[in-house]
Amino acid sequence: MQMPEPDQSVIGRREEIAAALRAIVPGEGVITETDSMRVYETDGLSAYRQLPMIVVLPETTQQVADILRYCKEAGVKVVPRGAGTGLSGGALPLADGVLLGLGKFNRILEIDFDNRAVVTQPGVTNLGITHAVQDDGFYYAPDPSSQIACSIGGNIAENSGGVHSLKYGLTTNNVLGVEFVTIDGEILRFGGKHLEADGYDFLGLITGSEGLLGVVTEITVRVLRKPSTARAVLVGFPTPEEAGACVAAVIGAGIIPGGMEMMDNPAINAAEDFVHAGYPRDVGALLIVELDGPEVEVDYLIGRVREIAEANGASEVRISESEEERNTFWAGRKAAFPAVGRISPDYICMDGTIPRKQLPEILTRMSAMSKKHNLRVANVFHAGDGNLHPLILFDANKEGELERAEAFGADILTACVELGGVLTGEHGVGIEKRDLMGEMFTEVDLNQQQRVKCAFDPDGLLNPGKVFPQLHRCAELGRMHVSGGQLPFPDIPRF
Amino acid sequence: MASTLKPEDAKQVEEAVTWALSNGEPLEIVGRASKRALGRPFQAETVLDLSDLSGVIDYEPAELVLTAFPSTPMAEVEKLLAENNQMLAFEPMDLTALLGGTTTVGSLAGALMINSGGPRRIKAGSARDHLLGFEAVSGRAEQFKSGARVVKNVTGYDLPKVICGSYGTLAAVTKIDVKVLPMPEKVYTVLVLGLDAGAAVRAMSAAMNSAHEVSAAAYVPADLSGKSGVSYIKGAGASVTALRIEGFGPSVERRCADLRSELSAFGAVEELHTMNSQSFWREVRDVHYLVTPMPDPVWRISVPPSAGASVGEALSGMDGAAWFSDWAGGLIWLQLPASDDAGAGAVRAAVSAAGGHATLVRAGHEVRAAVPVFHPQPDAIAALSMRLKESFDPKHILNPGRMYAGV
Ligand SMILES: Cc1cc2nc3c(=O)[nH]c(=O)nc-3n(C[C@H](O)[C@H](O)[C@H](O)COP(=O)(O)OP(=O)(O)OC[C@H]3O[C@@H](n4cnc5c(N)ncnc54)[C@H](O)[C@@H]3O)c2cc1C
Repeated sequence: MQMPEPDQSVIGRREEIAAALRAIVPGEGVITETDSMRVYETDGLSAYRQLPMIVVLPETTQQVADILRYCKEAGVKVVPRGAGTGLSGGALPLADGVLLGLGKFNRILEIDFDNRAVVTQPGVTNLGITHAVQDDGFYYAPDPSSQIACSIGGNIAENSGGVHSLKYGLTTNNVLGVEFVTIDGEILRFGGKHLEADGYDFLGLITGSEGLLGVVTEITVRVLRKPSTARAVLVGFPTPEEAGACVAAVIGAGIIPGGMEMMDNPAINAAEDFVHAGYPRDVGALLIVELDGPEVEVDYLIGRVREIAEANGASEVRISESEEERNTFWAGRKAAFPAVGRISPDYICMDGTIPRKQLPEILTRMSAMSKKHNLRVANVFHAGDGNLHPLILFDANKEGELERAEAFGADILTACVELGGVLTGEHGVGIEKRDLMGEMFTEVDLNQQQRVKCAFDPDGLLNPGKVFPQLHRCAELGRMHVSGGQLPFPDIPRF
Repeated sequence: MASTLKPEDAKQVEEAVTWALSNGEPLEIVGRASKRALGRPFQAETVLDLSDLSGVIDYEPAELVLTAFPSTPMAEVEKLLAENNQMLAFEPMDLTALLGGTTTVGSLAGALMINSGGPRRIKAGSARDHLLGFEAVSGRAEQFKSGARVVKNVTGYDLPKVICGSYGTLAAVTKIDVKVLPMPEKVYTVLVLGLDAGAAVRAMSAAMNSAHEVSAAAYVPADLSGKSGVSYIKGAGASVTALRIEGFGPSVERRCADLRSELSAFGAVEELHTMNSQSFWREVRDVHYLVTPMPDPVWRISVPPSAGASVGEALSGMDGAAWFSDWAGGLIWLQLPASDDAGAGAVRAAVSAAGGHATLVRAGHEVRAAVPVFHPQPDAIAALSMRLKESFDPKHILNPGRMYAGV
């Protein structure tokens, strides 16, 4: 993975930069000792490590603004970081950059049930928001599996999703407002407790921008009343094809379940070995369909899902009769990553999305790729929205296996795009998929995206080396070549 | 002399923009021309008429995605979806009557470009939450795309969000991928009669905070409820607070019964069934109650739902004002008697105090030219809006000035 060449002249000014930052963030908020910076050298994509030049941990929005303004004036790069659970390397530090950690922004500022809104600082964990409102019967709907650890600021930056996203949307559909600091040190507010922001949808643009446009320092999310009931159906199918047909039939029947997750045989067995959830081991695919809502509705839909599953060749259908049983159904799915971690020294988790009808095709292609790269793969995925999480198993201590695993991953994502899908459904591009962006976008597409970046950060100081395979200078992107003045398409009506 | 360019495909759109660029000719982008009276009036001698870019390209109900050319009539999209028991969940508004038109002609792109969002906004979001991907020609005369034909995607910046609600000022859209959802089997409405604005907001908040999955909550004061075409409401002779419950039959009936009993503490409760419910919510969506008197100015005001009553009441103190609210109080539609500034000063002051924004949706040409149609922005955000505009359209060729002067 090629990162931008570190600027030695900036590294040479390290002491001076640290001193300037200490003037902004007093006390222990500026870290320069190697040992103390070690915890920041990687994120959830742990195959890549890089010590930052300096770590700064501000406590106020004004400090963030002052840091960014200083860095812009001094020409220093900045990498924002939340909890560091990102799986695409978005928070990977730069050798000549300041790592700006938001861990001290860890307070919930306001809970407003009249507007069903929570105002929070970005360092609060995703689950922390639900915890703050659950005694009153509310919750925050987007639920990445990492929700116990990941920060809501990181969720905004990645537009994270989870099992519930099928019915309740991704982060972007659940955010009402942000306070946002630009690289110029300007503190801007977009949206609020009202339901839509005005003017251009900067809120929507910032969400999912992977820390490249500015730093989010405060967030207003909407919270929902917790559904009164949730029940799950566990369905085994002889093959993934039948499971896929069942998913399509459920949606075709007008049912949008609270969650609809699929596992393939290797994933089922890994999970079963680990948590003994009672999954059938001999099936080709397992589907967990969760229905949530008012009790009458859930009971009614459970019956319909059972009928649909049976009509689509289910070999086994179990319905949760208690909260405990529902949790058992989920236990294996939720433990799928660590379960796979047990059967292999290392694994990488991919994140492509496909149109759901292409499921059998992508699985067929994946088994061919598995042979080609001589590495095992286990699949768990958000079946309802076609978001795949193939887990590629490898051993980093074996010469060349990491490279083979990465090549396998790239093949999978390329195939996703070929089948009409995308490189990433919820984990973001970061450094991991950066060099594959050309599979999905033309140079014109990517240049347009970079021009949007230029509107925020003309010097390219925020999180460079992420998302875009090639960095262009804004002046170069702004140039325009207008050719020809002739009348367009003279052969069609013009009146 | 005004002239019209009528491209037949994306390539010709690109040629048209190339021509406009090299001649320094701004373009007014028009789809089916139903929304030309929205936004700031601006100068463009040449119309870029996209009405030939029409028709559904691909629709797969089980994938929950529909792909179409931009000017596909909304009626065609909705009919096709209905045949498959699906819908656009953001409930695109039909502004024909409000804007003084006669026949419904709105296009799919039109609904997206104004970020349309009907009563279901409080549950399902607005157009921006449903546009998955698009292809377009930028003001640099370049064809580009963003997003994709799948419901879950975070690859690259979410440009579909900024394109929604951009009023054609960033790019001419040539193809659209939009998310579709199942249509509810049944639609009921619980009505609470005779509440004042404060009690109505409290009742709507209680309903929204219940577990009954209320999908819309509106308040029509007594002076407007008589304008309804739904006999129950027309004859109520009182204000109407309405809560919509939709979904599968057995669930709707049960939730409706539960909600009725919970809300009976607020006042007399009634219930509308599917046909009447649909008519009523269409009225709310399309601002039916404020269509007349034509052409008195109409404002669309977005505030925190809990501020709905206080802002509504403060504004109703203005001479000749009429208003109703949607989104559990978070969306106020306000009509004022015609005046030079359509009451902008007072409206914006009340709205800014509550934290929100006000858009002048209907007013004469001169008024919309004189008063900022969209809520004025702080300088730093206005400057960012300008830079964003120029990142797509550096020479200000596409609908220049339609949102903000000079943008
Ligand atoms: C076991 C595991 C399971 C996971 N499951 C899911 C899942 O189900 N769904 C899912 O979507 N993701 C999942 N993830 C990925 C990850 O948790 C999410 O992407 C999460 O949102 C990252 O949050 P973070 O606080 O850790 O961000 P970080 O990793 O610290 O940063 C992520 C990116 O956001 C930027 N950033 C962080 N904070 C800010 C801020 N305040 N302002 C501006 N930019 C900022 C960083 O620069 C970086 O580019 C999983 C990760 C792990 C390790």
